[in-house]
Amino acid sequence: MSRVRVLVGTRKGAFILGADGARRDWSVSGPHFAGWELYHLKASPVDPDRIYASQSSGWFGQLIQRSSDGGVTWEPVGNKFAYDGMPGTHQWYDGTPHPWEFKRVWHLEPSLSDPDTVYAGVEDAALFKSTDGGLNWSELSGLRGHGSGSHWQPGAGGMCLHTILLDPVTPGRLYLAISAAGAFRSDDDGHTWKPITKGLKSKGIPVETAEVGHCVHRIAMHASRPDTLFMQKHWDVMRSDDAGESWVEVSGNLPSDFGFPIDVHAHEPETIYVVPIKSDSEHYPPEGKLRVYRSRTGGHEWEALTKGLPQQDCYVNVLRDAMAVDQLDSCGIYVGTTGGQVYASSDAGDTWSAIVRDLPPVLSVEVQTLA
Amino acid sequence: MIRVALPEHLRTLARVTDDVQLDVPPPVTRARLLDALEARFPVLEGTIRDHQTRERRPFLRFFACERDLTHESADRELPDAVVDGREPYLVVGAMAGG
Repeated sequence: MSRVRVLVGTRKGAFILGADGARRDWSVSGPHFAGWELYHLKASPVDPDRIYASQSSGWFGQLIQRSSDGGVTWEPVGNKFAYDGMPGTHQWYDGTPHPWEFKRVWHLEPSLSDPDTVYAGVEDAALFKSTDGGLNWSELSGLRGHGSGSHWQPGAGGMCLHTILLDPVTPGRLYLAISAAGAFRSDDDGHTWKPITKGLKSKGIPVETAEVGHCVHRIAMHASRPDTLFMQKHWDVMRSDDAGESWVEVSGNLPSDFGFPIDVHAHEPETIYVVPIKSDSEHYPPEGKLRVYRSRTGGHEWEALTKGLPQQDCYVNVLRDAMAVDQLDSCGIYVGTTGGQVYASSDAGDTWSAIVRDLPPVLSVEVQTLA
Repeated sequence: MIRVALPEHLRTLARVTDDVQLDVPPPVTRARLLDALEARFPVLEGTIRDHQTRERRPFLRFFACERDLTHESADRELPDAVVDGREPYLVVGAMAGG
């Protein structure tokens, strides 16, 4: 019988939740790396026991941990993230030039084919790659140096590269997103990049349709249709059907089109999920009701999923990396909150329950479906 | 032997439970002490001082002999009581709370 393993990164450690395919009874392992911020954990799709974790602290900086036994034991690997060459400057909040400074790893994306190859998205925004299991990291500096980098500006959460998508069909194609620079695509394994922002419109930047400067919060893709992308922007839910060349808004009847995560059903590439948040200054659900919204039409038409989720006095947030889906026949959806709950649905969002309730604030959720 | 007292999280990373004993050839400075510490425990590279700049991470302090040595030059010789092992050299995480 299949099993699922949920990797949860929190403000004060990592937790690993496990259940069989019924997803009713859960085990909780952790905290791993107690007291540290775990921005993200993710496993290799070709070696499920190989897991990478981003461990950081305001006191002690960044570490990368690696497990080869499914998260039972860990070993620290390389933590030297040196920008390639002279890093130059980006814009600071006041518009002045500010030197590029490494702060932390937001997102780890293991290769689709090699368990020793993994990408890291970091703050200040840059993309790093390791081909030796995380021991050594090299910057793919064509991104930072492609021309617009000196104009990038941090969002309120920092200038983070938080989304990395690897195209499973087109060789050498990657997508990424940066707050608040926008979305980019490479067709040559990350050596050169182009902004993919046509159709995005953002209030709060000097030119609403500018090529860079959009605060993209998250991009999602279904492996069977990698040219179709879904985006949760600062405001607006967007989709592209041409590999990011153009975008259209699909916010439709959402109660708010502000939010952080977006994800796609494991088996239905036109079924997508978001968690509306009231506004950019009120980071909690509208009306104090935690509602995951599902569209079965690839956007425009949305339905609220509420059964089992708190529907009064709920003022948590769901961060950009804190929603994931499993691959079981009845697709499971997982949502982690800043209140420390991880809610799961084993029926594609129709009903929910908290599989753990009192963790530190949840930063990220990833799910593995194991044989 | 020089005794270095690490904060709990760095002890966990280094997999030690007590003060670390280091043999540092003279002149014993903070820079040379940290070089020796990182050589023995490579996992601590980047956790006390920045990989590139070699500067102290902002929220770490260095105490010894009831003195705050944080802002002294990294190349200044450490007190005799630290060098001869009578007093530990303390790496301390700055207080934070709220």
